[in-house]
Amino acid sequence: MAEAHLSPRIIPDRLRSRSSRALKSWESLLLVVALLIFAFNSFASPYFLDPWNLSDATFNFTEKALIAFAMALVIISGEIDLSVASIIALTSTAMGLAVTMGADTPVLVLVGLGTGLLCGMVNGLLITGLGLPSIVVTIGTMSLFRGLSFIILGDKAYTGYPESFAFFGQGYVWWVFSFELALFVVTAIVFGVLLHKTNFGRSVYAIGNNQTAALFSGVRVGRVKFILFLLTGLMAGIASICLTSRLGSTRPSIALGVELEVVTMVVLGGVSILGGSGTIPGVVLAAFIMGMVTFGFGLLNVPGIVMSIFIGVLLISVIALPILWSRARRRMAH
Amino acid sequence: MKIFKALMVTTAVSLALMAGTAHAADKKIALVVKALGIGFFEAANKGAQEAAKELGDVEVIYTGPTTTTAEGQIEVINSLIAQKVDAIAVSANDTDALVPALKKAMERGIKVISWDSGVAKEGRSMHLNPSSSPLIGNMIIKLAADQLPEGGDVAVLSATATSTNQNVWIEEMKKVLPNYKGINVVATVYGDDLADKSYRETQGLIQSYPNLKAIIAPTSVGIVAAAQAVTDAGKTGQINVTGLGLPSEMAGHVKSGASKSFAIWNPIDLGYSATMIAYDLIGGAEAKPGAELKMGRMGTVKLDDNNEGAMADPFVYDASNVEEFSKIF
Repeated sequence: MAEAHLSPRIIPDRLRSRSSRALKSWESLLLVVALLIFAFNSFASPYFLDPWNLSDATFNFTEKALIAFAMALVIISGEIDLSVASIIALTSTAMGLAVTMGADTPVLVLVGLGTGLLCGMVNGLLITGLGLPSIVVTIGTMSLFRGLSFIILGDKAYTGYPESFAFFGQGYVWWVFSFELALFVVTAIVFGVLLHKTNFGRSVYAIGNNQTAALFSGVRVGRVKFILFLLTGLMAGIASICLTSRLGSTRPSIALGVELEVVTMVVLGGVSILGGSGTIPGVVLAAFIMGMVTFGFGLLNVPGIVMSIFIGVLLISVIALPILWSRARRRMAH
Repeated sequence: MKIFKALMVTTAVSLALMAGTAHAADKKIALVVKALGIGFFEAANKGAQEAAKELGDVEVIYTGPTTTTAEGQIEVINSLIAQKVDAIAVSANDTDALVPALKKAMERGIKVISWDSGVAKEGRSMHLNPSSSPLIGNMIIKLAADQLPEGGDVAVLSATATSTNQNVWIEEMKKVLPNYKGINVVATVYGDDLADKSYRETQGLIQSYPNLKAIIAPTSVGIVAAAQAVTDAGKTGQINVTGLGLPSEMAGHVKSGASKSFAIWNPIDLGYSATMIAYDLIGGAEAKPGAELKMGRMGTVKLDDNNEGAMADPFVYDASNVEEFSKIF
């Protein structure tokens, strides 16, 4: 049954129109869900429709979403990166170490970006250079990167970040619009253009749909994948700068379990976990949905486990829906 | 459509959930714990609810993340700030990481205290310790002495030789030793908080000191191992094992008689006191060094130079109450 479902995917031209049609309806569905949650929250809690509260709420998802954009590209290309949370930890530790050596904010940002890139490079080299499966490599580096920060930090913590460093996670660009929110918008646009408007983006889809065909069509598969892991590392580095700045401290347990939340966000956004399809607007909507659910339920003091159940149900519905759809369609065709 | 149905059901459920709460009471005190679903904190909530009932005009919001992360607690704190609660009493997952979020809460007029697991000084107005080193040191020797009216030899089974809090407690214990006539501390051994090493060290004590009347283990690992060793050596009733332990782990040994009594903080009292202090601060009391804050039936707490205070003596568990508390933690 699976083969029959996948067979038309070999022709990239048809796939393009089909997937974009399907995705268009997918995003409108997400939009409706987002609006429903927004409406429900405003109705359920008198505190929800307050500009400052809504602004606070965006911190629940902005850092994760920054990584989710890069992760979306990785997953569309048929790979996965499970080491992102550990990259955050190692990057944060590196910045903390730099602080103890007397580094100031600009240097800290460079250290953060550099460490993130370096981690991404390690992943990329192992995956494209040695041809290892990304899930295995990144499960390995997930332990490796966090292990390193545990060795460096032990049960201690780095504090004493300079005052100006607090801007990235606590500062505001204009009125209630935080730096993180602005960064989220800019990154969404950059990744949207990269995926949907450039040759690079097309080759990401091509690789995800049929790597061999892409290779024979002249796509430099290895190079594209390497860049994707580099990008994920970089975005994890940026997220780490924001998170560290917001917490004002570093501990090796920072951002524990975030990788799964990022993957959840990407899949909820309509990106196929098997690769080949998905859009950035979908991920943006998924980020808003997850952020609003967490904040809205938080306002009602609903226990966190109920939120997890809600997100879980949402996620399973999201994955099951397209499969049920295509089955129903096939049944009708017969 | 499935997704809509799921959404509607969840909507209905959460509506039903919230319908019950958020009424009447005009002062909102949030009890933020390390994670939901931990017996110790559920018990603290019981105490907080007791305080709310006693005060009358208080609603306690018991909340916390699903996993023990600082990030999860910050999300919870942000939603509490948005709800404009009057006070937040938090047992922190991270001493430093919560500071920016709690500072923001204080800037918006919310009283912030930490209890059990503290927050760095600039992130809270006061911290409530369950007890203090002098009180603990006195309690562990008192537990042994109470069973020995004629006096006798006692030994200490500690964790590691470098464990700071263990050493401080033992030092405080030795300071008050002259108050307990006839009690001799004959040895201090180290079980490194490992069950098997603690067990062997206890066996060594039993053999080396035939007149040993009590073993004091101010560590939850050591006390269980020592009680087991005493039972296995057939010395139940001759050597009393006491110190600091968890009711759930010690219930069996209290029943068998290997341990007459032991002590640890009472989470119910802790939640009760944290709520009472938060209420006192909302009412205008100021948390500054030397200040005394009201804790209802627990008396008052006096703040030291770090704005920290100790609630009370460790709570004593014996045959009369260990069964009940063993279900909690």
